Amino acid sequence: MTMPQRTSAQPGLPAGGGLSRAQAWGLAGLLAGALLLWLMLGIWPAWLNAVLISKKAFASAILNGLTLAGLYFLVASGFTLVFGLMRNVNLAHGSLYLLGAYVGYEVTTRTGYWLLGVAAGFLVLAALGVVMQVLVFRRLAGDDLRQTLVTIGISIVAADLMLAAWGGSTYQIATPAWLDGAVTLPVITAVKSNGAAVFLNYPFYRLVVLLTAIAIGVGLWLMLNRTRVGMMIRAGVDDRAMLSASGVNVHAVFAVVFAVGAGLAGFAGVVGGSALSVAPGEDVRYLLASLVVVIVGGMGSITGAAIGALLIGLAEQIGLVYFPTYGVVVTFLIMVVTLAIRPQGIMGRAR
Amino acid sequence: MTLLSTPADRSASGSRLERLGAAHVALAVALVIFPAIGSDFFLTQIGGYSLIFGMLALSLMMLAGYGGMVSLAQMTVAGIAGYMVAIFGQNSSGVLGFGWPWWIAVPFAVLVAALASALIGAISVRTEGIYTIMITLAIATATFYFTQQNYTIFNGFPGFAGLKAPVFWSVDWRSPVAFYYLCLGMAALVYAAVLYGSRSTFGLTLQAIRDNPRRMRAIGFDVTAHKIFAWFLAGVIAGLAGVLLVWFNGRISPGTIGVSAAINVLIIAVIGGIRHPIGPFLGAVVVVMMQTFAIDIVGAERFNTLIGLVFLVIVFVSPDGLLGLWGKIKPHIAQESLRSGP
Repeated sequence: MTMPQRTSAQPGLPAGGGLSRAQAWGLAGLLAGALLLWLMLGIWPAWLNAVLISKKAFASAILNGLTLAGLYFLVASGFTLVFGLMRNVNLAHGSLYLLGAYVGYEVTTRTGYWLLGVAAGFLVLAALGVVMQVLVFRRLAGDDLRQTLVTIGISIVAADLMLAAWGGSTYQIATPAWLDGAVTLPVITAVKSNGAAVFLNYPFYRLVVLLTAIAIGVGLWLMLNRTRVGMMIRAGVDDRAMLSASGVNVHAVFAVVFAVGAGLAGFAGVVGGSALSVAPGEDVRYLLASLVVVIVGGMGSITGAAIGALLIGLAEQIGLVYFPTYGVVVTFLIMVVTLAIRPQGIMGRAR
Repeated sequence: MTLLSTPADRSASGSRLERLGAAHVALAVALVIFPAIGSDFFLTQIGGYSLIFGMLALSLMMLAGYGGMVSLAQMTVAGIAGYMVAIFGQNSSGVLGFGWPWWIAVPFAVLVAALASALIGAISVRTEGIYTIMITLAIATATFYFTQQNYTIFNGFPGFAGLKAPVFWSVDWRSPVAFYYLCLGMAALVYAAVLYGSRSTFGLTLQAIRDNPRRMRAIGFDVTAHKIFAWFLAGVIAGLAGVLLVWFNGRISPGTIGVSAAINVLIIAVIGGIRHPIGPFLGAVVVVMMQTFAIDIVGAERFNTLIGLVFLVIVFVSPDGLLGLWGKIKPHIAQESLRSGP
């Protein structure tokens, strides 16, 4: 099975000679990747160190950006799954993230097992997601605006109740010993006067977060595009009545999707709460991140969420290092430029 | 979008007074003589505050009800006007403060806010429905974080303080009665303007675009331009409300335009009813009263839970808010009065 080559078959493009649009983008991406790889692995000349503060600052910003992108992807993939596939607008998605983080904190501190906390974050939120799907979204199917309003109401109540339960203080979920510590990466940050190279140390846990996000992203993509369940989900989006008529329990399929979407938010909550922190207000932060990621990447596309998360995560961390005040504006500019060129998002389907 | 597809409200023909409606006259009289009975606390904390938030929600109602564009950025637009007043007028924070007289600073602030609103509109009109909500929410949040981080222009986290309503025509507009009348006058002005505008050619075109943009485009209307102009007009209303809000609070900070404040405006408009311009004011009174008095019932701590639950119940029971609820109950009351008649 190969990827459908829809761009090369587009009418209006010159046949033969020149690059198709997909090839051009691929080439540009390859060049950018190669440049980034050289920037990360190569030894910088002095002038580059002067322009970009230092190699260490740059490399850390890129790695932090990639980690943050992984976290954003985990949150946004659940959001885009639920919206893109079921047309269910869940503006309480940030609350799911925060609740997952609190659940993970409670379970981890009480049992002492971090993995148990991660599992609890996923399972509790997945169950809650099914409840939400049955009680709220099934009743308001097809009514975008009321779904929006109801989930906004839910997020207000949830934020207030979480504040009542856990207070305004900041928590950090303790990671187990085998995840702590730093690893030395083959990235040379500087060369000492005696010729010895200084390598970059980076927290091991953050690399694990990144790898987990990649694994889950690939898993989701495979599930949607290569399995029977994925086929049913995609069919249900296009024509719910027809899928139902062909003997599939549509409600069950959608409940499963919502469980996965909400569970991913809870999972991301525990993982993010271990890397960063858990505090009131994080729900809004991650809701905004999910919104921007899926607006940029395109609604309902897992690949789009990955691209969006990568862009936003990198922009945020690079912005934090090189122009601290205007970091948010860079994120925002990415969104505006995307909307101006492609209102449906980078990987979004034209409606 | 059942909530937004409303038939245009029709005005009964008849004499001028009849067309104005007895309810309107009664309401106007009650509002004008309110200072005679209300205490200072009621005048500003309930009266003035409700009118300001009613205006803000009205600017949203105009976009959502007539244009079909639900915006969460109205508080941002108001905040921009507020910040402009602080930056170009006088403030006591020691940052910027060009000291322009109010009669230049205020129109300038409203104009900047309206232009910003048009810009937000230009960004979001290419999308529709839920996408508009998401984009405006993203814009509102980004603006909030930006004002919080930027110290050179927006003075970061503390924002600006010491913003006073001016004294002119030998009236101190900061005093409760004068401020109440100022808010009332402004609210009445924009309310009448929206009512009039909704029946104007532009208003009718906008409503037609809401109902069927493709057909309107086919007939030859510039759909995008109409929508952006609607955003501009809504920006004028939100900007005026923003100036009043700054004078009311005496200060402006990123917290004023935070996400919860932005959502608050939507809640007010939805609780009141988004089908008629009076709905936002109704919603504002309900929410402000709850905000003020719920503290005695549930305590200041759990106030958000209460207002969130009320909001949820109203959205579930009646998509058109209290006005829609009243529309459902009214026929029953009319029937009841017929039955109990002699």
